[in-house]
Amino acid sequence: MSAHDNTAQPPNAANAFAGVLRRDLLLAWRRRGDALLPVLYAVIVATLFPFALGPEHALLARIAGGVVLLTVLLAMLLALDALFRGDLEDGALEQMLLAPQPLALLVTARMLAYWLVTALPLLLVAPLLAYMLGLPPAVQPVLLLAMLLATALLALLGTVLTALTVATRRSGMLLALMLLPLAVPIVIFAAGAVGAAQQGLPWVAPVAWLAAALALAVVLAPLACATALRIALDS
Amino acid sequence: MNAFKLWYHKLGSPPYFYLFAGYIRPWLWAIALLLTAVGLYGGLVLAPPDYQQGDAFRIIYVHVPAAWMSLFIYGVMAVSAFIAVIWKPKMAEVLAMESAPIGAAFTLIALVTGSLWGKPTWGTYWTWDARLTSELVLLFIYLGVIGLYHAFENPRQGARAASFLAIIGAVNLPIVHYSVVWWNTLHQGTTVRYFGPSDIVPSMLWPLLVMTIATKFYYGASLMDRSRVALLSLERGKDWVSEVVRTERADG
Repeated sequence: MSAHDNTAQPPNAANAFAGVLRRDLLLAWRRRGDALLPVLYAVIVATLFPFALGPEHALLARIAGGVVLLTVLLAMLLALDALFRGDLEDGALEQMLLAPQPLALLVTARMLAYWLVTALPLLLVAPLLAYMLGLPPAVQPVLLLAMLLATALLALLGTVLTALTVATRRSGMLLALMLLPLAVPIVIFAAGAVGAAQQGLPWVAPVAWLAAALALAVVLAPLACATALRIALDS
Repeated sequence: MNAFKLWYHKLGSPPYFYLFAGYIRPWLWAIALLLTAVGLYGGLVLAPPDYQQGDAFRIIYVHVPAAWMSLFIYGVMAVSAFIAVIWKPKMAEVLAMESAPIGAAFTLIALVTGSLWGKPTWGTYWTWDARLTSELVLLFIYLGVIGLYHAFENPRQGARAASFLAIIGAVNLPIVHYSVVWWNTLHQGTTVRYFGPSDIVPSMLWPLLVMTIATKFYYGASLMDRSRVALLSLERGKDWVSEVVRTERADG
């Protein structure tokens, strides 16, 4: 970098957002094996359920939606812990805090990258898991729609909580203790939509609740995440 | 600045708060113990047995105040957490963090007494009823706040992070409650109302109200004691703490 670069204008907000997103996706792509681990984890956990509960088709079909949902939730939780760790260790996180662009915008890019890298592969494998557990094919679109909204909500909520624990050691178990109680409404509404669709009942209401919560979370979570990072790193 | 405002600002100073808490704590303890004795005597001896539940209903004199306190303390904790995050006074952090274990204890008491009452009445210790489940989630949120506080090496930083979590929890708690109600409900509806007549006879009601006030005073007394200990630990390098230790040692 040459000396006269110092006088250059800082990139505008949109460029900074795109820059963080591109960097995160590129890092994930260079270590694409890591991105597959949550998927593998979800597949294995979902496979364990028939072993524990017996291969009876009626039972598995009834619990398929809930099992897939919880498996995906736990797989996302596993990937959360490392969300800011690399950046904290090499100092990039402090640079993000000091950047002229709003921190909330930069963490939004991080949230989007996390969702694309972790949740999207899980969403792709979820219908397969649901099919293996015997979920009726007619319910699959409802499951996918509910999971689309639920994973986005979990990504937003999870990023905020991870930001709070970023400066602590051994944050993995703590993160589970913090995230899972707060995720109860997400699980209830997502599983409620799938259950209603399975019984032939109207399922739009719980999905609409999830969508409303997502609209609220998209606005509030980046601001909360930025505040959380400033609290956690302020020493 | 008038006298009250001056006193309020002085309370934000740890040495002054330490003295103030030490001055009011015997009174809070005395009132809490006295009211508990009166409330329990009224509830366990004077109140008539319930025509359906017999003597089993008497557990409400512990259960209902504990359940109310579990929410009340969360409210107090969330307000001081809010103040701690926005204006960063040390006392608000201490009060929020020392409220959390007391609130968690009341939540646990409400859960345990509720399940003991559930066995003779509903025929089971545990059921996935809406209020039981949201009380359990409340306990988890308390534990998350306590856990986050202790995960930091710097207690002030931990207090601020845990305060922020308490605020997130406060936003989420009503959502948890209503989503769980939507999911399943078996618990009886509201019996005691602030406005309009309650569905409970006065001879059963007054011990309940006395117990409710007693638990408030217990919370105050316990909070004062916990905050005093926390302040001594947080400010252990300061002069006023060495002075307190010296005088208390001299007193024996």
